[in-house]
Amino acid sequence: MMIKDVMPSFELFQPTQLKDAFALLDRYGKDSWKMAGGYDSLSWFKERAKKPKAVIDLSGIAEMKGVRETADGIEIGALTTLTEIERHPVIRAKFRLLADAAAKVASPQIRNAGTIGGNVSQDARCWYYRSGLPCYRAGGNTCFADTPQGVNREHALFDSDRCVAVSPSDTAPALVALDAKFVIKSAKGERVIGADEFFIGPKIDITRMTSVAHNEILTAIRISNAWAGAHFYFEKVADRNTWDFPLVNVAAAMSVKNGVIENCRIACGGVSAAPRRLTAVEGIVKGKPAGEDIAKLAGQSATRGASPLNYNQFKIPLMANLVTRAVRDARA
Amino acid sequence: MAYNLIGKNFVPVDVTAKVTGRAKYAEDFRADGMVFCKSLTSPIPHAKIRRIDTSAALKMKGVLGILTADDVPQFPPPQPPILAKDEVFYVGEPILAVAAESEEIAAEAIEAIKIDFEQLPHVTDPLESLFPGGPNARSNGNVAGAQINLQTVKWEASDFAAAGDDKLPLGKPAEQWSYGDLDAGFKAAKLIIEESFVSGGLAHHPMETRTAFAHWQGGKCILHGSNQSHTTAVPNIARLIGIKPEDLILVAEFCGGGFGSKIPGYPNMAIAALLSKKINRPVMHRISRIEEYGIGSARPSFQGRVKLGFREDGKILAADLYIVQENGPHIGGGDFRAAGNALSILYQPAAMRWRAVPVLTNTPPVGPQRGPGENQLTPLIEPMMDKAARELGIDRLAIRRINAPESSSKMGADQGPVTSAFMKEALDKGAQMFNWEEKKKRSGQRVGSKVTGIGIGQGYHSAGSNGFDGMVRITPDGKLHVHTGVGNLGTYSHSATARVAAEMLNYSWDNVIIERGDSRRGLPWNSAQAGSLTASTQSRTMYVAALDAKQKLVEIAAQMLGGAAGDYDLGSEKVVSKSDPSKSITYAQAAQKAVELGGKFSGKEAPKDINPITAQGLGMIAGSGLIGVAKDTLPRVGVTPGLTTTFVELQLDVETGKIDILDMLCVADCGTVLHPQGLAHQIRGGNVMGIGLALFERHVYDPKLGLPANTLLYQSKPPTYLDVPAEIGWGAVDKADPQNPVGVKGVGEPVQGSGAAAVTSAISDALGGHLFNRTPVSLDMILNFLSKRPQAHKPLQINTV
Repeated sequence: MMIKDVMPSFELFQPTQLKDAFALLDRYGKDSWKMAGGYDSLSWFKERAKKPKAVIDLSGIAEMKGVRETADGIEIGALTTLTEIERHPVIRAKFRLLADAAAKVASPQIRNAGTIGGNVSQDARCWYYRSGLPCYRAGGNTCFADTPQGVNREHALFDSDRCVAVSPSDTAPALVALDAKFVIKSAKGERVIGADEFFIGPKIDITRMTSVAHNEILTAIRISNAWAGAHFYFEKVADRNTWDFPLVNVAAAMSVKNGVIENCRIACGGVSAAPRRLTAVEGIVKGKPAGEDIAKLAGQSATRGASPLNYNQFKIPLMANLVTRAVRDARA
Repeated sequence: MAYNLIGKNFVPVDVTAKVTGRAKYAEDFRADGMVFCKSLTSPIPHAKIRRIDTSAALKMKGVLGILTADDVPQFPPPQPPILAKDEVFYVGEPILAVAAESEEIAAEAIEAIKIDFEQLPHVTDPLESLFPGGPNARSNGNVAGAQINLQTVKWEASDFAAAGDDKLPLGKPAEQWSYGDLDAGFKAAKLIIEESFVSGGLAHHPMETRTAFAHWQGGKCILHGSNQSHTTAVPNIARLIGIKPEDLILVAEFCGGGFGSKIPGYPNMAIAALLSKKINRPVMHRISRIEEYGIGSARPSFQGRVKLGFREDGKILAADLYIVQENGPHIGGGDFRAAGNALSILYQPAAMRWRAVPVLTNTPPVGPQRGPGENQLTPLIEPMMDKAARELGIDRLAIRRINAPESSSKMGADQGPVTSAFMKEALDKGAQMFNWEEKKKRSGQRVGSKVTGIGIGQGYHSAGSNGFDGMVRITPDGKLHVHTGVGNLGTYSHSATARVAAEMLNYSWDNVIIERGDSRRGLPWNSAQAGSLTASTQSRTMYVAALDAKQKLVEIAAQMLGGAAGDYDLGSEKVVSKSDPSKSITYAQAAQKAVELGGKFSGKEAPKDINPITAQGLGMIAGSGLIGVAKDTLPRVGVTPGLTTTFVELQLDVETGKIDILDMLCVADCGTVLHPQGLAHQIRGGNVMGIGLALFERHVYDPKLGLPANTLLYQSKPPTYLDVPAEIGWGAVDKADPQNPVGVKGVGEPVQGSGAAAVTSAISDALGGHLFNRTPVSLDMILNFLSKRPQAHKPLQINTV
């Protein structure tokens, strides 16, 4: 591209009702763009790689904001900011894992405006893709990152299928570990799905990171009390300690009784296009006494099947060590 | 000598405006009828431009004009062009600029322009270009630099074969020098360390991009730019625009960082100026972050090899250094030369050879960045010094002391003198403040997954010049106006050095006005605000200008009160008779008298030896007061070295590769301390940049596509507050340099190198002496090493991190 960094003009809509947002999506179809906090959206626009005619700013829709306690847990409006999540007393008391993950996203300034819905829906950060190259994910027919010379230090270890980009979200693995449900609405109604259905890899659709269709909106995320007050572990490793995407992150929810890990859910980000739930590791860990031995075994098992690229083999020991640290931390 | 102002803290004049947001940077200015322009930049790394079709763009509503290479002055290659003419050399190189009523229209117009490119082979790795048959970054050559003509250099295949994959081939250099008996030195050495290494490039990425705003009045170009220097840049910027220096009014009162990339002005200033002339409207050329990564300059990568021969006591007997520099597509920087000088002065090898070749690459232009050359080198050498100390069984501080320069030391190819060097004292003071003896016991201690590493780094940059002009003015209201054309890089040294004139004239600081930032204020020819020059060089010009003013004050007192000039001395803002203190005139009275007397007293007569720029500035203020103006002809023999040492304690997490710097302390040999707060500020900022160089900052290119991976700050990764220690300790030897009238030397640059080197030294220490021989030491390298995996990059590959 011969010009970048100037945002193209577009028509801006700021609906206050979901139904109006749906009407706009219907009216403008593929020429429309849903925007929440704006960090992912504006970056695309500034690069002139995406040029929607109509931008639908969802931030005025009140029903998508805030944290509500429900009969069996909480419901978090998709527009709730990451700062609010980080500080929310109920989330901190019951689902600290999510607060800890939210606290590690980007920088304080970005967390003040960035939303949980945006954080889980954000697009891939593969630098080739973000440069505006016509790769598979951009609708083209090649991958520039996975070539003999590709510079792919941040890219995937698992589940690559033409595309080797990773999920860049810090909250996504935490929500996987907490068995969160995603509330997706459209003019036609509502569907509630698990993380395993919400986050999708390139095999399912190479052009998007979630199963949310163009005419749908992620309105809320629900977390049941099943894991409330469990033992949690979140760790993110990035080059810098703030304003950086994870190289690998790990989120674990564990229930430990009498020194035995009775149950757990563990997920990693930064290693595949969708946050990777480590079901095999969970199976290995469950029912075992907490301690260094099972922690080591969990780490070693976590990276089985990894297919490193030119520059990302370090993610294998990193992921193994992070899973080990998570399981090592297990306690009542 | 006891001073009233020198060595004391003060609030620099530009601080309030900066912290309140009142400071006006280039982008903040407006003029009636102002329009915008945007550049069309190359999307491919190397190509011939066959045809440009702007017809559709020119028809668009709101488009006011297009500037192409045909409209701008041409310079012989490899000087950087203002706009690419027939050939483009890197992704992001400006080809043309479109003026329009808005940036949005300009951007749309650019998308309507069609360019027919003929793609040419490109290269991002110098060694690929030096290999027989390898690609050249320019169609007419692959080696060039300052004082090195554009030429094609290919090494022998046998050079590469002899070196293998792990070592730098030692082909024919473009330049070399040596002194002493190298062979004898290596023969006598007890220990020889030979390593090949890579120093990664890093962008300058100042907070303020190089926006320029230009308009014309009465045949003069008024240019608002973001520049670190002022008067020294005027002739070059005028040359870029194609006008005489006296027809350029440069307004550059504030600069949001330059780090060496904004010294003599830069080509895109001419785009705003010439487009403004062409369409006869004021033109604002805002540079975006992505554009800044293209045109904003970078520190060049090194591919190098060094051989060091040590005596049993650690003294370096022989050193052999070879540097291949990734020089970008144009004239590039002199880092490769500075690296040789740095090795020579910092480690004082008894014999040394230096060889180098700057190789052109299809990556953005490179240029000097804080400690150019020196700061690439020491972060690689210092872990080798640690290795030598270990193998010889010597303390790591001791091996640095035995090699450290003193005032009698020599340096460089000609083994010339230095004005002063107190590196041993800096090391001793640093060791004492850091508590080296206690801290070194923690080397390699592991708690949980964290291992402690202790490191020492050293830094050098030549830090003083001479031969510029000073100009001060006492107005009839009694105020001292210090005219300074040095610029405002953000170091506050423009104010700190102004205090030398105030000190010499016994002025109260409250009565001093600093005139700067706008050519119309009457600014003398001063050094670039670069090269750690300001403190030393400007204190000299201030001193000679103050001496001239002082002489005129006592002469006027003699005229007004009788007697000879020698009968008078300066009191508190008055001229007082030495024999009868009741006889005096105020500075205000003297200034009034100077205006009446005219001639040399009021600047109507100028000294013969001042620069034409000073003479022009003097012309603007002549007759308005008593003027002190003089060229600095004070003697200076040898290089004025700014020297620093940094000590670091860090913890390295062996499970994540993350590094936590627990303690960082830096001591400077910068002569007499001029401004303690300013020094502290330089030491902290420089060491933070050193952490970036050592650990984080990325300069990544896809070698096949020639595309940059880091075009935004989050991708380029300068360190954040959470990546650096909350406190960085500092100290100074505070010994006067004998060749500066107030004992001052500069220090802005070596602080980054010693900081980076202390970090790499400490990492090596934490890992039992492992040498990565590469910067930055990113966490993937640490993890690969610890898990016994090969590194992802080939040993000499660059632009991978």
